Amino acid sequence: MLSALGLALGGLLGLGLAGALGLAARWAAFGAAAAAALFALAGLLGGPAVLDLPLGPPGAALRLSLDPLSAWFLLVLGVVALPAALMAAAGGIAGRAEAAGFPLFLAGMALALLAGDVLTLLLGFEAMSLASWALVAARHPAGAGRRAARLYLGFAAFSGLCLLGGLALLAAPGAGFAAIRAAPPEGWRAAAAMALVLLGAGSKAGLLPFHLWLPLAHPAAATPVSALMSGAMVKVALYVLARVLFDLAGPAQPGWWGAPLMALGAATALWGALRANTERDIKAILACSTLDNLGVIALALGLALLFRGADLSPLAAVALSAALLHALAHGAFKGLLFLCAGAVAERAGSRDPDRLGGLIHNMPLVAGAALLGAASAAALPPFAGFAGEWLLLQALLQGWRLADLAAQLLIAAALAAAAMAAALAAAAMLRLIGLVFLGRPRTPRAAGAGDAAGLARVALLLAALFCAAAALLAGPLLGLADGAVAALLGGAAGAPVHGLSLSLGEAGARYAPAAVLGALLLLAALLWRAVRRAGAPAAQRGPAWDCGFQPPPAHLPFGDPLTQPSAAGAAQPLRRALGPLALALREAQSPAAPGAAAPARLQVAARDRGFGALLAPLARARRRAGHEAERLRNLPLGACLALAFGTLVGLLALLAGLGRP
Amino acid sequence: MGLGEIGYDVAHLLGGAMLLVSFVLLAQRRLEAVTGALALQGVLLALAAAWQGHVQGAGQLLLTAGIALAAKGLGIPLVLRRMAAALPPAQRADAPGPLAPVMLGAAGLVALAFLVAVPATRGAPVLARVDIAIALAILLLGALMMATRRGALAQVAGLLTMENGLILAAVGVAGMPLVVELSTAGLVLVVAVIAGVFARQLGERFGAQDTALLDRHRGERR
Repeated sequence: MLSALGLALGGLLGLGLAGALGLAARWAAFGAAAAAALFALAGLLGGPAVLDLPLGPPGAALRLSLDPLSAWFLLVLGVVALPAALMAAAGGIAGRAEAAGFPLFLAGMALALLAGDVLTLLLGFEAMSLASWALVAARHPAGAGRRAARLYLGFAAFSGLCLLGGLALLAAPGAGFAAIRAAPPEGWRAAAAMALVLLGAGSKAGLLPFHLWLPLAHPAAATPVSALMSGAMVKVALYVLARVLFDLAGPAQPGWWGAPLMALGAATALWGALRANTERDIKAILACSTLDNLGVIALALGLALLFRGADLSPLAAVALSAALLHALAHGAFKGLLFLCAGAVAERAGSRDPDRLGGLIHNMPLVAGAALLGAASAAALPPFAGFAGEWLLLQALLQGWRLADLAAQLLIAAALAAAAMAAALAAAAMLRLIGLVFLGRPRTPRAAGAGDAAGLARVALLLAALFCAAAALLAGPLLGLADGAVAALLGGAAGAPVHGLSLSLGEAGARYAPAAVLGALLLLAALLWRAVRRAGAPAAQRGPAWDCGFQPPPAHLPFGDPLTQPSAAGAAQPLRRALGPLALALREAQSPAAPGAAAPARLQVAARDRGFGALLAPLARARRRAGHEAERLRNLPLGACLALAFGTLVGLLALLAGLGRP
Repeated sequence: MGLGEIGYDVAHLLGGAMLLVSFVLLAQRRLEAVTGALALQGVLLALAAAWQGHVQGAGQLLLTAGIALAAKGLGIPLVLRRMAAALPPAQRADAPGPLAPVMLGAAGLVALAFLVAVPATRGAPVLARVDIAIALAILLLGALMMATRRGALAQVAGLLTMENGLILAAVGVAGMPLVVELSTAGLVLVVAVIAGVFARQLGERFGAQDTALLDRHRGERR
């Protein structure tokens, strides 16, 4: 299996090269789809295996290894990447840079997941970062998208540096994972490595306060790339977190390691869900919802660490299963939603909800797929997002079993935050669907939009199929992760699965998606029958109720836009109530002059607080450092020589100091 | 090969003598004496290369020795001495800076060179290890000379000392191809020629060879 995966990686590199030369961009996408299918298959089959590649630095070959954890995340990658690559083949990517970057991006993610040593992991991670940056930058030669790409590159470089430092603290370069496991770090080295890896992988995953790039960069890329970045790339960062914190650092680490992860995860979930309610771009709404889901997964990982440190392995298994299952579900529904958003933007010509509306009539397939995805993202049972959140809440509710009072309080706070984030996420999805697909078209372009066709239709149907499978087969799928859970918890407990349902022990709660679906269907059928019996015996045609709209005036054949809520208007209640937590708001009122026919206006500008709190001080510090460095230019000649000489002597002294045995 | 054997001892004697001459160069005040010391170091380098050629049985090192003798021992010092003699008497001396700190710093640099080079070359033959440490010390002393002197000619002398250290390291390693030594020597020769022309220009334009004079004439000053 690993040989086939290695060949697939090589094939993706070749496709990237061909794409760079301008050959067969479409076949590059089809090749990527084939590779993605192979990744998903490898994820399903799993099986421990190790393979040394015939290349690498002197003395240390690059090593691939497939174990249950990497197989699970490989499955996530395949589930996201297969429909995304089909969408790319349907015309989602254009130009040589994107045709080259797309297979390389996929190969980088797979390499990071399959890595069996530190160097391979870093190589894959950096290839993933750089290729995704190139894909964002290639679409925007200038303007706001280019600035987003630059911001993203800055954060990616920071993340790569932190990860490099953290992994270097864990092991000598070239050391395989097995060697690190055999001699796990201890004391301050372990804590420093944990902090650095948390910074590095966390900023790549978009954890607070390094989330600023994510709602800007993810929507700026092409649709299939957005789907991959939101659905899979952030999961690779979480995989690195799980791999280092659970696996490589060994089972003997203290439980408080989970606390920062929990706090950051809860804050990120709230922040992302809140921002998803106020964004004005459908892809940005989805990107902010990614922040929310990422925070939930990180919260679950932190909770599992906390429980594991307290020797409560069954509860740690529940929390870890929640993280893994939600990672898969989020990949499935977020990929689907991004593909829907891309189809809407392509067919209806805009990503601004104020220029869309009523698309359910002309785009039934896209609207149905988006409804499925949104119901999953809103964590409604029995859809895909519910199982993971249910497991997480169940684990959080068991927080009283911890002896430590501080940990209990932290878990209680996290429980409140997770519940609130789930509610806010549902509100955001409601707003998205209502503005884009329901109501009436707000522009002629939206009224004339056509449904997705051809390969794009195949991609959407496939993504919807994955999403439905993740919902109904949550039990058997989590059974696949049993090996990963057992391995990360030292074999003390497995995933909480019983047959087709999720089960927390004999006397504990149970969740059977098929039963919930059956009950819902039965209820709907009964309701339908009751309505039929109680209602009029024969159908009667009458004037359609216009959903409360006024009849359109003659000069506005598609209705007056003012009679429908706008995106900003739908966001207003939540923005007023909670917005100042995450956003710096500026409202400008321009009342109508007495007697004038112009309407009064309320204009709202919102900006993430992180810009003022993190980026502005950084920019000031850079300017100050620049001024200081400028003074070096005016040094006399002798001082220049002395500076170079002093640096040389300093480095030699460092070498002499470090060279001591 | 180790202490007490003739090949080892003579190589060390020659290397140590070169290091001693480096100290002399650092402390020397008159430019004529600086060129003399430089010539002495060149001759010692030629002897060291020839001795290494004899010990290692490598014929091409004799060629290196010949080049070193001709260029380092005779040619370059003679040119420098002529340039120094053309200067007005007041400028034929160049203050080496405060002597005691410079000497102490130089001694510290030698210790540092040994601290770095000896552990770093673990596994290499003993002869090469100590040779490389001495060469690194000579190189650092040359850099120190360039950093502490103000006169252009003295700085050129510092540069040439650094190059001597490089060549000494190169001849000490068995099996180093001749082309590396030749190209290094050629490179430094070119640099020395440029530096000489520069020093001459400096003297003609400003009537002195103090490089601090240049500071007023650099561009981009705000």
